[in-house]
Amino acid sequence: MSTKSPAAVAWTLPPAALAIFLRELRAEFRTRELLNTTVVFVLIIVVMFSFSLNPSAQQAREFGPGLLWLAFLFAGSLMLQPAFTRELASDTISSLRMAPIDPSAILFGKVAANFFFLTFAEWLMLPVFGVLFNVPVWPVVGPLAMVLGLGTLGVCVAGTAFSAMTAQARLRELLLPLLLLPFLAPVLVAAVDATSGLFAEVPELRFTPLKILAAFDVIFLTAAWLLFENLIEE
Amino acid sequence: MPAHSASVLPPAPAAPRAGAVSLGLSFDQVEKRFGPLSVLRNVTFQVAAGEFAILLGANGSGKTTLLRLAALLAQPTRGTVRWEGIPAGLGPQGNDCAGYLGHLSQLYDELTALENLQFFARLYRLPFSAEELRTRLASAGLDSWGGTLVRAFSRGMRQRLALVRVFLHSPSLLLLDEPSAGLDTPGIDWLAGILTGLRDSACTVLMSTHGDSPLTAFASRVMWLAGGKLAGDAQADIPSALRQADIAIRQDRGGVR
Repeated sequence: MSTKSPAAVAWTLPPAALAIFLRELRAEFRTRELLNTTVVFVLIIVVMFSFSLNPSAQQAREFGPGLLWLAFLFAGSLMLQPAFTRELASDTISSLRMAPIDPSAILFGKVAANFFFLTFAEWLMLPVFGVLFNVPVWPVVGPLAMVLGLGTLGVCVAGTAFSAMTAQARLRELLLPLLLLPFLAPVLVAAVDATSGLFAEVPELRFTPLKILAAFDVIFLTAAWLLFENLIEE
Repeated sequence: MPAHSASVLPPAPAAPRAGAVSLGLSFDQVEKRFGPLSVLRNVTFQVAAGEFAILLGANGSGKTTLLRLAALLAQPTRGTVRWEGIPAGLGPQGNDCAGYLGHLSQLYDELTALENLQFFARLYRLPFSAEELRTRLASAGLDSWGGTLVRAFSRGMRQRLALVRVFLHSPSLLLLDEPSAGLDTPGIDWLAGILTGLRDSACTVLMSTHGDSPLTAFASRVMWLAGGKLAGDAQADIPSALRQADIAIRQDRGGVR
């Protein structure tokens, strides 16, 4: 519905997205609701997988990346749930929609904040994962950061968009993982493939899954950008 | 309470900014359904720029729905809602001319009162310093509460802060849904002071309230809803219109009693 000129959009989007990102950070570091629950959740999954499977070094290299990304995906779906439901509690979403900003600034601000939170949780968990599964994380930390960044961005973009879509649904707590997890299957496959290459006996950086992750990020971001205004309409 | 009674609190500056346009509002055969429930039917009216219209109706008569449609926050099932007089380059979903306050505070509980105002000032690109925002808070009697999280506020304090927020950018079209809800007598006096300024300026106001509210004193027009329809619309003899509206609202079987 926005009929603002492209120049006006270009001017308002980055500062508005930054303002929303900083507001999310300030609120989260004050309450620590999302960070605490996400970190504890990932920790529980990684520890329980480790105790139940008790994998050898070879098995850890084979299954570790899959378990790690499943833990990140489940944690992401848990963390992204309140991204928009919190905006409904006091109807702050209406004040955001009434503000003279491009609506996609709301999306980008929230995606950036969710990316920051999930990345924070992932990097806290990586040393724990390395110790429990006896996987050498430190030697491949550079390429691993790239894989985690691309995979996490895909999870956060799709998860934030689905969170906006399901926020007003009655069964939103169930609906978000039901919609999100199958949708993220390609991200999971590509991220696990890339991470497996890094955790192999002779680590290698596999470019094909990285390209797939990058392509998904671009497609998700573009689609979410184009559709976001419709997603938050009543 | 007279509309211009001496206020305990100093009024906040709320008139539209110099050079700002005043928007009008038009509803054309608007219908709104929620599933099988028809809330509004064939609602047609125009509020001219600068008018101060109040909207009356029984509980459940559709006042809130109408205001959300007017704020372009909801889509009508049928018909059109338009803001009239939007300057070129600004769109209905992205201009700084309108303000809306609904039943909820539209404030972030986990931010302080001052942080809330700073955040919205930033979104509206208003170059207010922290000191200027504290002055706004002081005008609402919240001068010592600027550093307190909104989650600790009472209902009335939230409403005061919500009103400061909605007046922050000096909108020229104001949509207020029962703005005096939760306010104590000094708070209503403060709000009355602001509404006096708005009535005397070019600001267009559509405000839902109840017939016995002191805020009806500001109305230059009274509209009332009954049975999902615009049952009455008067622009003269406001006291008589308020009595007519009261009778219609008591007889409305569509609202909740």
